[in-house]
Amino acid sequence: MSVLDIAKGMGVTLSHLFKKPVTVSYPEQKVDIKARFRGRHHLLRHPNGLEKCIGCSLCAAACPAYCIYVEAAENDPANPTSPGERYAKIYEINMLRCIFCGFCEEACPTGAVVLGHEFELADFKYKDFTYGKDDMLVGTVGSKWQRREADRLEKPVELGFKAGQRVELEGVDY
Amino acid sequence: MNDALLVTFVKALALCVVLLGAFAYMTVIERKLLGRMQHRYGPNRVGPFGLMQPIADAIKSIFKEDIVVSASDRFVYFLAPFISIVFALSAFGAIPAGPAGSLFGFNPWIVDLDIGLLYVFAATSIGVYGIFLAGWSSNSKYSLLGGLRSSAQMISYELGLGLSALTIILIAGTLNLREIVDFGVWSLSPLLWLPLAVSFVTYVISSVAEVNRTPFDLPEAEQEIVAGYLTEYSSIKWALFQMAEYVNMMTAAAFISTLFLGGWRGPEALNALVPGVAEWPFIWLLLKMAIFMFLFIWLRATLPRFRYDQLMRFGWIWLFEIALFSALVTGAIIAFAL
Repeated sequence: MSVLDIAKGMGVTLSHLFKKPVTVSYPEQKVDIKARFRGRHHLLRHPNGLEKCIGCSLCAAACPAYCIYVEAAENDPANPTSPGERYAKIYEINMLRCIFCGFCEEACPTGAVVLGHEFELADFKYKDFTYGKDDMLVGTVGSKWQRREADRLEKPVELGFKAGQRVELEGVDY
Repeated sequence: MNDALLVTFVKALALCVVLLGAFAYMTVIERKLLGRMQHRYGPNRVGPFGLMQPIADAIKSIFKEDIVVSASDRFVYFLAPFISIVFALSAFGAIPAGPAGSLFGFNPWIVDLDIGLLYVFAATSIGVYGIFLAGWSSNSKYSLLGGLRSSAQMISYELGLGLSALTIILIAGTLNLREIVDFGVWSLSPLLWLPLAVSFVTYVISSVAEVNRTPFDLPEAEQEIVAGYLTEYSSIKWALFQMAEYVNMMTAAAFISTLFLGGWRGPEALNALVPGVAEWPFIWLLLKMAIFMFLFIWLRATLPRFRYDQLMRFGWIWLFEIALFSALVTGAIIAFAL
């Protein structure tokens, strides 16, 4: 370590003193999330309003953490929930067990379950971490706690991030 | 009670309060500067711009559980932080901060010692005992290693420190800090500028080692020996060591300014703009101190830590010899050329 090297290093630190910090002051400032970020799952619908999920349980089979539970039921031909023969009567994901690997998304033959950008999933009770269809279908914004808090304050859910659009997230609007 | 004694007492008390307040805000300034140099904000949660951070830290330190190691040497274990902080605070007293009578008619120094320079050296050296005893009395291998490193390091660097200061003593011909400032060491002869500059550099480097700052912070090398002598200390006793470290930094900064940069005197050239501005008390000393405090923080943000053998080699082979040589050259110039 010569004196010149030290001087050079001191110059570097001094120049960085006048640069803008890269820290995102998270709750006040929104996090800039990349489009392919894997957060909370969304259950998508076809443009005609039918659910994409056909209740095949491939996602549950692919899941390395065994956090998905699907119970299928026959569609009512007069008033179908999904375009196939069957639909998911119950679709639950335990967000505490989920490792957000995205294997469910890869396994899904219809592109029904897609990992979105929401990451603020903290809550107080174990049971509140089991997300059902109501919590994940398109149109539901925010985690369970965020929605409870929004109800209490009578304000819309405020998400702590901004993200680029992702084509797989059909119909999801952040 | 004697009036002079009372005045000294009040001034000493005020100095302690000022130094401890300055310590509190130095921690914030240091963390902010380090943060900005690393593209972070640093503390900004408590109060506006994080300015209340030291108060939060103080409350936290005081109310944290004070763990006393059961295998420790109790008396020495309690004594060590007090030795550190008491001698750190008392070292500052001899440093003059302005011309005589400029502090509301009083003198802006606590004591005007004829051996002021030796006194500061002595007091800062006794501070080593605090660290060494802390390491020994904790009865922990990390603490002992930290204490050992600290004492070995400080003893080695005191040589460089003393020999660099010898240049000043030779030129000014006095140990009284006030007289050294009045003498103006750079004004004697241009021949002495080179040895003075060399002494200045060696003195600053030795000072960094003396106050245990990066790159010479081996006594508290977190990676190898946890926190060195601080390992077994918690709560307010830990805070006292931190206080001692920062007060030592400030003393070192003030002492460098006093010895080499004209202490409380400002640049004479400014007297043409504002008459008497170079004689204003406190401002110039504080400004010079601030520059060195920034240097200490800047060094910490930049340099990695020395290995122990590198540190000892640097101290004994380079710093000691260079300082010795510069003192010899100064002596020769004064004896034969002036």
